[in-house]
Amino acid sequence: MKGSLIILSFFVVGIILGFSRFLPELLIENDYSMYALYALMLFVGISIGADTSALSVIKKVKYKILLVPAVVIIGSLLGAFAVSFFLPYKLNELFGVASGFGYYSLSSLILKDICGAEIATLALLSNIFREVGTLLLAPLMAIAFGKLAPIASGGATAMDSTLPIVITASGKEYAMISVFSGIVLTILVPFLVPLVVELF
Amino acid sequence: MWIILGLMTAGMVIGAILRHNEKIIKRVNILVTWSIFALLFLLGIAVGLNDELVKNLDSLGIHALVITIASILGSVILSWIVYHYFFRNHK
Repeated sequence: MKGSLIILSFFVVGIILGFSRFLPELLIENDYSMYALYALMLFVGISIGADTSALSVIKKVKYKILLVPAVVIIGSLLGAFAVSFFLPYKLNELFGVASGFGYYSLSSLILKDICGAEIATLALLSNIFREVGTLLLAPLMAIAFGKLAPIASGGATAMDSTLPIVITASGKEYAMISVFSGIVLTILVPFLVPLVVELF
Repeated sequence: MWIILGLMTAGMVIGAILRHNEKIIKRVNILVTWSIFALLFLLGIAVGLNDELVKNLDSLGIHALVITIASILGSVILSWIVYHYFFRNHK
């Protein structure tokens, strides 16, 4: 939550400076974001590769836990497909936005590179809403749709920012499943977002 | 797209090799945080420079909310099915 507020404020300050043209010429005429994104992807890869906990979690669990991140991927894409009939975006753009699974920073930055600023903004907002919506509604989801629902709703954020509310709503015995699903989805986001945009 | 995937994969290999060098890994994690801040700032500038986009920010927000609700609903309904058949009685 605090993280998304910091991120959002960088974004909003950027909008205000851009809109008022209160910027050096250098920044207005050139878009350096592509090179910064490439650097970021390398760094993200290094931190995933160095994270031993990511691998050990995956080794420990039973096969049926794999169903949880699979549910998030298929469910999110089905949801995006359903609204594609009345929203003014291409199906692959909607799939790209939905494939953020709440990982708003990385998904929107990747989409900026391949779909432009509009879809990137859409992804940033939609995925922040996913985190906030999970924080607000997790207890209700657990009652209405069972104890996996808060984990499914949290998506990639189920490993950190929404983990406390998942534990509150579903119980401590679901903490491991939540962390596992969140880690798998977090690792998949940078692969899946460009892939669904390319494929559909 | 292939550049992004290639850099990610190369990073994962480098990360696995440097796994035990905690100092470098810590610095990389700080770099990740700050490159995300910088990139979102640049994304904000790109949006702000685009008058058409600024004008439509409100409808973009509503569309984003619709996508969020749809993808959360899709996920929790499927999770209910999986919970019902695989988790509830198998604890």
